[in-house]
Amino acid sequence: MVRFIARRLALALGTLLVLSFLMYGLLEAALDPLIDLRENPAANRDEMIANRVRLLRLDLPWYQRYFSWLAGFVQGDFGLAWRTMQPVGTLARGAIATSVQLVFAATVIAILLGVTIGVISALRQYTAFDYTITFVSFLLYSLPIFWVAVLLKQFLAIGMNNFLNEPSINWPLLIGVAVVAGLFWAGALGGRRDKKLKVFAGAAVVTFGVLVGTLVSGWVLNPQIGIVGIGLLSVALAFGITALFAGLNNKRALYSALTTAAVGTFLWWPLQFLFYYVEMSWLWMLGLLAVALLVAAGIGWAFGGPDRAVSIRGTAIVALLTSVLIFADRVLQTWIPYFNAPEISGRPIATIGAHTPGLNADFWMSQLDRWTHLLLPTIALVLISFATYTRYQRGAMLEVLNQDYIRTARAKGLSERVVIVRHALRNALMPLASIVPVDFITLIGGAVITETIFSWAGMGRLFIDSLYGQEADPVMFYIMLTGALAMVANLVADFLYAVIDPRIRVDA
Amino acid sequence: MGEGQEVEGLSQGQIVWSRFIRHRGAIGGLITIGLVTLSSILMMGIGPLDGLWRDQQIRSGEVLNGGRPTLTLPGVHGSEFAIGMHPFGQDSLGRDYFAQVMLGVQTSLFVALVLGVVALTIGVTVGALAGYYRGKVDMALMRVTDLVITLPVIVMGAVLGSLVAKLPLRLNAGPEVSAWIRENMPLLLAVALGCILWTGLARLVRSEFLTLREREFVDSARVAGASDFRIIVKHMLPNSVGVIVVNTTLLMSAAVTLEAALSFVGFGIQPPSISLGRLIQENQGAFSTRPWLFWWPGLFIMLIALSINFIGDGLRDAFDPRTKKIPSARAMAKAERQLLERAQTENKEVSS
Repeated sequence: MVRFIARRLALALGTLLVLSFLMYGLLEAALDPLIDLRENPAANRDEMIANRVRLLRLDLPWYQRYFSWLAGFVQGDFGLAWRTMQPVGTLARGAIATSVQLVFAATVIAILLGVTIGVISALRQYTAFDYTITFVSFLLYSLPIFWVAVLLKQFLAIGMNNFLNEPSINWPLLIGVAVVAGLFWAGALGGRRDKKLKVFAGAAVVTFGVLVGTLVSGWVLNPQIGIVGIGLLSVALAFGITALFAGLNNKRALYSALTTAAVGTFLWWPLQFLFYYVEMSWLWMLGLLAVALLVAAGIGWAFGGPDRAVSIRGTAIVALLTSVLIFADRVLQTWIPYFNAPEISGRPIATIGAHTPGLNADFWMSQLDRWTHLLLPTIALVLISFATYTRYQRGAMLEVLNQDYIRTARAKGLSERVVIVRHALRNALMPLASIVPVDFITLIGGAVITETIFSWAGMGRLFIDSLYGQEADPVMFYIMLTGALAMVANLVADFLYAVIDPRIRVDA
Repeated sequence: MGEGQEVEGLSQGQIVWSRFIRHRGAIGGLITIGLVTLSSILMMGIGPLDGLWRDQQIRSGEVLNGGRPTLTLPGVHGSEFAIGMHPFGQDSLGRDYFAQVMLGVQTSLFVALVLGVVALTIGVTVGALAGYYRGKVDMALMRVTDLVITLPVIVMGAVLGSLVAKLPLRLNAGPEVSAWIRENMPLLLAVALGCILWTGLARLVRSEFLTLREREFVDSARVAGASDFRIIVKHMLPNSVGVIVVNTTLLMSAAVTLEAALSFVGFGIQPPSISLGRLIQENQGAFSTRPWLFWWPGLFIMLIALSINFIGDGLRDAFDPRTKKIPSARAMAKAERQLLERAQTENKEVSS
């Protein structure tokens, strides 16, 4: 094992070294730091050129500059973005944080959504639902992200902002959404024709009702969850999660999940006082989440009986989601002051940047501000990347469903839920171990196109701007960072795969 | 056509073709991309040949009716079909947008084609050599592949696009060479991008060759005295043609969106060549006043990429013997009913 890791690390370092040399040479040819001075009509042009040549040491051959750059790089001196005379290390620190903020949520949503829909699509293979999902994912593959982004800015952002200022109900749109939701659920749940019809009607009516309810009651203008909402949602979550992971027949799991939901709901009240009197921070949030998970594990343990792991898993997930609900509730409480703030002036959905400049916000309102800025780029990123996960997971699930052990599981009379969740899904999730780490670790590199369009000062934007500005050092830093991360990610992926799949040995 | 007929002495090409033309998505894609290609070539000509369209050169002119598109479709906005002077409208300088979009389509298709050929050549060569010879050759070639695959395609693409744009300066060549480079920017960009996009294909061909080389027909060819080159080209490549064709197709669809994205951020096709991505970038500020300038190029990027994706999907199904089209529940029920009816009529005949 140690030999394997050492070998791979040595190989990765070697590759990185060769890569840095090649890319430095390539950039030497691709960038021209004197480009703006060559056509400059100023009288002291030659002097300016001489100055810049001295600054960037362009009189030296490029391989000499490469070695001095490399010597600096390994000592932690990443060079200079010469147009602003800022060290690359300082620039990158802020950019990495921005990129992670932007891409993290999108990656998580894309994975969850893509995997779920891929699995359902595989379970309903060769139905209209499956064909529709296939078509939609091809469509999303083919969409240019910069085009989608501009459309989102034009229609979603401006439309939403106009709507929030002058709410009016667009009946055809509502009916369309309700019909689509009905078709989706009918296709996803499948079954015989009468069951499909019932599901379609039910889902369409519920969707329509919820939409009309939120619009008519003015909830959209002042979105709140409140203790009632948290109570209802967390109980629904408790039922749903138990049905999925333990089966509703497992009374211990059900009662422990419901208890967790109840405890979470009752904690809402004292938490409001805590949030009011104590200035919150992310450290507090993580601490509270840890407490919530511990309490939930305790509840699962107490109720669990002989099969405690199942109950604990359920309560932990319920606790996590209820905590998220309480957090979201507190953030939404700042909606009215945020909406009316002079910097926002009633147009909350932002189209550019990572936060509103000059907004006087506490912890909660700055979260809300971040959400409104994240909304559009996240939708764009999810639309583009979730299709890949859907196709991938559909293929993996189909592969597993054709295995002999699935037939055995069915033949010995296990319920369909157990066959799909325990036998099929677990094995079908294994291939994800080779792509999820790569996607998470490389998200530090940011999203080049998305950041450019939405003006997020992240890593991808830093790369593009430096390439425009003919600055080699930030580009080299970007290349080295993404290269190193890609190698680490692949190493982690291989390692993880070997850990979960006993058929693979790593001591090669 | 039933399973029984498929095995009756059909060549692989015939089987694949008959499966391919039954794939509705693939045929739709083929027709769409055929129409798009045909109209762009017919209208704007190809190379030195002129097309049928009025504006063979992109030139500014008088902006008519605010540059609105004159294309009308029956039932949408007008009672009859009409093309008019500027079916896709005009930009702010009065240039005909139809001509620009069609030239952009040509650029996209051309880049996809050249990129596909370059990536195919490099990828298949590298993969075949690595998979066939294994050992040190494999090791060396796979390290090169690792090197190229490390960086995201868009990053390498931007650096290479920037390089291509600086070529005239770097080569320090005369005005003729510089002009040639500027005019053949799409070709150079496509070749440069092809040099980084071959890695996936190389890996797939390599793993295909690693299994193929253990098969009996390779041994017998070797025993019969065939050279390595002959074994690779005549015996092994035809057996991996499915993997190669499918992945080259998908690569070409990725190439269309990659070129558009690079041109959008300014590291792809440079003027005077026209690219759909650059059209979007130039006109994105005019969305509120002239939205059509924004719609057309995006629509065509999507059409081209989607068609190629569907063709690739059809090819995958056609080449893969495991994917059999399963009749829908309705078709099965119908067949069952027919069988039942036939049985009943036969029974009647017997009894009567």
